[in-house]
Amino acid sequence: MSLLEIHGLRKCFGSVVAADDIAFIVAAGEALGIIGPNGAGKTTLFNLIAGGLFPDAGTIRLDGHDITAARPHQRCRAGIARSYQIPRPFENFTVFENLLVAAVHGGRKSEADAAQLCGEILNRCRLLPRANALAGSLTLLERKRLEMARALATAPRLLLLDEIAGGLTESECAELVGTIKELRATGVTIVWIEHIVHALVAVVDRLIVLNFGRKIADGNPQAVMSSADVQQIYIGIEA
Amino acid sequence: MPPAASAHYRIERKTPASYAAAGAACVLVAVLAAIPGFAGRNVVEELIFVYYMLALAQCWNLLAGYAGLVSIGQQAFVGLGGYLLFALTIIAGLDPLVAILLCGLIAAAFALPTALVVFRLRGAYFAIGTWVVAEVYRLGFAQFKRLGGGTGTSLGPEITNQVFGIEWIKSLFDVRTPAARDIISYWVALALAAATLVLVYLILRSRRGLALGAIRDSEDAAESVGVDYFRVKLGIYVITAVATGMIGALIYLQNARISPDAAFSVLNWTAYVIFIVVIGGIGTIEGPIVGTLVFYLMQRYLASFGAWYLIVLGALAIAVMLFAPKGLWGYAAGRYGLALFPIRRRLLVKNQD
Ligand SMILES: Nc1ncnc2c1ncn2[C@@H]1O[C@H](COP(=O)(O)OP(=O)(O)OP(=O)(O)O)[C@@H](O)[C@H]1O
Ligand SMILES: [Mg+2]
Repeated sequence: MSLLEIHGLRKCFGSVVAADDIAFIVAAGEALGIIGPNGAGKTTLFNLIAGGLFPDAGTIRLDGHDITAARPHQRCRAGIARSYQIPRPFENFTVFENLLVAAVHGGRKSEADAAQLCGEILNRCRLLPRANALAGSLTLLERKRLEMARALATAPRLLLLDEIAGGLTESECAELVGTIKELRATGVTIVWIEHIVHALVAVVDRLIVLNFGRKIADGNPQAVMSSADVQQIYIGIEA
Repeated sequence: MPPAASAHYRIERKTPASYAAAGAACVLVAVLAAIPGFAGRNVVEELIFVYYMLALAQCWNLLAGYAGLVSIGQQAFVGLGGYLLFALTIIAGLDPLVAILLCGLIAAAFALPTALVVFRLRGAYFAIGTWVVAEVYRLGFAQFKRLGGGTGTSLGPEITNQVFGIEWIKSLFDVRTPAARDIISYWVALALAAATLVLVYLILRSRRGLALGAIRDSEDAAESVGVDYFRVKLGIYVITAVATGMIGALIYLQNARISPDAAFSVLNWTAYVIFIVVIGGIGTIEGPIVGTLVFYLMQRYLASFGAWYLIVLGALAIAVMLFAPKGLWGYAAGRYGLALFPIRRRLLVKNQD
């Protein structure tokens, strides 16, 4: 059963082609990794899926419904949640209020129901001790966790994680990988962009490689990483 | 120790200080309501002015400070309310108090199409757009010959002296008709000011208030977590138009004389109001209260200096913007951790045994 279907997706910024005829399918319950050099168009792809950008051509379907023209809040309510590569917390809110607005608006819950859900997510994402602290006061690791926790508070079926481990230390990264693995076990479908390939490969069962807005590889992580095209791009970057 | 998986979570919002503040506010409103019983007519008239400026300031603060809709055209709805009051009483023969309520409803009907025009504009263009719309309103109402055209008209005593309840007030306070009219206006103004404040507070505590806070920090991120910001902002625009229209109706019932230039004055109904909100503290409920008191005192003691009054007003606004950008209340609240109207939600954990 496919949850997300993308066909012929194209987006240009002036002469830069950030998404060039991209097509792929994500099955329900799958964990998909996306890698590619800087400027390959990874974040642009997320913006197109979550609705922050509208494509020049192509279609996006969720559960078979065409959502290509839907506004971001509609896509969120339909089950797509995202984290931002550069965290964008609501800084004047507490950590808990960040999740609450997501659960109430994106998840369409009453505040009382939302409180229970948000508390559980904060606990799972190891943010509970900081629940009533202002989001503006968080460390980088906590901000990354907040990005993920806030996305989860909308009760998504499809979770888009954009470089959630970027900039973290080795042990922080390992901890985050543990949390994402736990999440996977709850059944949520994950698409995860990451430069840290070993972290990605520890979680995902499929890998897509982007370069200059094009999809150049798609399949089993080991097979993809050892293919000639990918080796050429990644030579010397990752063992 | 981390809580068990079965832990219960709930939201806490009230603090002991907020209960005390709510109690004190009720007592204060009761005391203010009793003032006409022992104060002179000039005190009553000055307080009416304080109340409607406070109500206008709360509206503008909700619009600009919380919803980020920096309008410089709210005089459109003050003038609209005023003119509708004249039309509904002179032409349709309604009681002025009924007319004030209707003015709110009709203002909503005007606000919706107006929003569809100005919401196409962003930032500075939005501000200018609202002003242009207010000018269009002014020119439009100047065309109605029955309401005096460009020179305006007056409400006759046959209308102002027939306000609902006036005979009762006359015998209760043992006063003549003009004083009784003032007392009714006073109560209506107090009720509008208190209602606007409560309305703003309730909106901020609601799920819409939660959305406003998120939009204020990041419009994109708010949308990505399911906030329909167009609808939230439209709702706020219409709600403030309703309140502003009713306040305008009250102002011109009290004035009993209207003209397009006065009713749609950007100075009286928007510039002074912005001054109040900026001085007191934008984006707080307490700020407009502080700002209104400062404005009232300046108006009372400096207005006779003419041009100097406006210069001092402008200089004070600039000084506050430079040295206390969050306004007088924001400055004090930041220093001493004050919040009379708490809207924060705290998460409480209860571990199950
Ligand atoms: N809003 C925009 N306006 C103009 N150009 C853009 C915009 N967003 C992205 N681009 C360009 O599109 C290309 C793809 O950018 P994108 O952010 O999607 O890359 P990325 O793969 O996420 O890179 P990174 O690994 O550095 O995050 C880049 O050349 C970028 O400069
Ligand atoms: Mg990126």
